[in-house]
Amino acid sequence: MKIVLNGEATELEAATLDAALVELGFTEAKVATAVNEAFVAAPARAGFALSEGDRLEILAPMQGG
Amino acid sequence: MRSFYGETLANPLMLGTAQYPSPAIMAEAFRASGAAVATVSLRRESGADRAGQGFWALIRDLGVRILPNTAGCHSAKEAITTAQMAREVFQTDWIKLEVIGHADTLQPDVFALVEAAAALTAEGFKVFPYTTEDLIVGERLLDAGCEVLMPWGAPIGSGLGLNNEYGLRSMRAHFPDTPLVVDAGIGLPSHAARAMELGFDAVLLNTAVAKAGDPAAMAAAFARAIEAGRLGLSADPMEPRDMAAPSTPLIGKAFLA
Repeated sequence: MKIVLNGEATELEAATLDAALVELGFTEAKVATAVNEAFVAAPARAGFALSEGDRLEILAPMQGG
Repeated sequence: MRSFYGETLANPLMLGTAQYPSPAIMAEAFRASGAAVATVSLRRESGADRAGQGFWALIRDLGVRILPNTAGCHSAKEAITTAQMAREVFQTDWIKLEVIGHADTLQPDVFALVEAAAALTAEGFKVFPYTTEDLIVGERLLDAGCEVLMPWGAPIGSGLGLNNEYGLRSMRAHFPDTPLVVDAGIGLPSHAARAMELGFDAVLLNTAVAKAGDPAAMAAAFARAIEAGRLGLSADPMEPRDMAAPSTPLIGKAFLA
């Protein structure tokens, strides 16, 4: 299915959020996720089904003031 | 000493982690500053380069407390979601809450700020709100559950110092029991010293150190200025006066005119 990952159209085979993270190369990465502008906590990723057109944000630590 | 949500900081400097010439220089600046708190942020991560993972390892090695921010958020909803994500990533309830109201001045949208602060406090966050020196906004933030206020000195990144010293002094007088932090606008060590002389509990800065020609030396200068300001205040400064008053005694002066 096609989703929007961090603002860019992305083709995805995974059907759930945890599988999507593995497919996208985030295994064991320190990241937080939001789907359609709502936070999805790490424990909720396994059962979280993704749908066509979902907007997925994957954020990680970065420099800040 | 006023504590930050029950925690006393060993050093009243909160230092940002952005804009340094290199990660090594950032680490050097932190060591020179003695800062007890590092501000950090969240940004989009790519599965290919995983840039955030390296940064996280570097920050952990600094051994300081982490204060994530919601920089760049322009609505309460966006700031709340960012805070939730930051709490999970950084494993802390502390959040530097920024809700930006104007793109040029980066002035906080204080209405959305109060709204977001109330929502986050209800979720157990310990909110450090980036606000203005407005007293009523400060009261609303305390009503919303904030136990710290962080008024700006000047617009973020401007280095203009304490633009409204009267306003900051009023805040100190109006909120005698609340920890106050000057956040943003500090450009020189003397600005930080002045904030401490006014009775502020900490200063938060980034650009002034990161964009200095020698960030580590500037970090050391800020550390000393902050210590000097705090020590000067605790030593009970004299009252200023408009007229001169000779410091050398006149009694016993010879008549030689």
